[in-house]
Amino acid sequence: MSDHKKFMFVNRKAPHGTIYALESLEVVLITAAFDQDVSLVFVDDGVYQLKRGMQTKGIETKNFSPTYRALDGYDVEKLYVERESLEARGLAEGDLLVDVEVLGRDELSALMEQQDVVLSF
Amino acid sequence: MKLGILVNEGPYQHQASDTAYLFCKAAIARGHEVSRVFFYHDGVNNSTRLTEPPQDDRNVVQRWSRLAEEHGVDLVVCVAAALRRGIKDEVLAPGFRISGLGQLVEAGIEADRLVTFGD
Repeated sequence: MSDHKKFMFVNRKAPHGTIYALESLEVVLITAAFDQDVSLVFVDDGVYQLKRGMQTKGIETKNFSPTYRALDGYDVEKLYVERESLEARGLAEGDLLVDVEVLGRDELSALMEQQDVVLSF
Repeated sequence: MKLGILVNEGPYQHQASDTAYLFCKAAIARGHEVSRVFFYHDGVNNSTRLTEPPQDDRNVVQRWSRLAEEHGVDLVVCVAAALRRGIKDEVLAPGFRISGLGQLVEAGIEADRLVTFGD
């Protein structure tokens, strides 16, 4: 048993409407504090979590998108976005608020194969 | 095999908790160890003893308590998710304890497999 594992967080849901995205981010930060190898993947509606220019005042919900910008301060630097999910929603890399690596579905599945723990929210 | 379990949905509303429970039972029956079940998101609602389902239905909360009692499974409820939803120590069913997300990460590190049940 190694105490250093590869954790991948797969974010699949829109940032608001359900609490999954916000609470997933909380696990990511704790996992980074445990000095694990952390990577984040954004697929399906999860790509909206990284959309630039989020304004949540109208829905009276906390805007947690600045947290994604703070991730590199926690040494969380591996952010992957699925190309097919972006394209299906008319989004491009330039619409996102942080630097990410855009990968195709096949490349992502190969990356998932290398992980020890995959948590999907 | 040593298994960690993550339950992300509440009882009755969603099948995740039922499936997770049945999975734990089957795994234990096959000689595997379920070291910890971690309750997150609405999954924290599995831990309240205030739950009173109709008599002709399964009692999801009591079922988890029994699993802890009979097999020593550690039932951990995320403190931040619990406080958001009004789950505190005084309403916990037997066998459950409230702790931090570090317990989930630890389960991921120590178990051979961490299995998620959720939406």
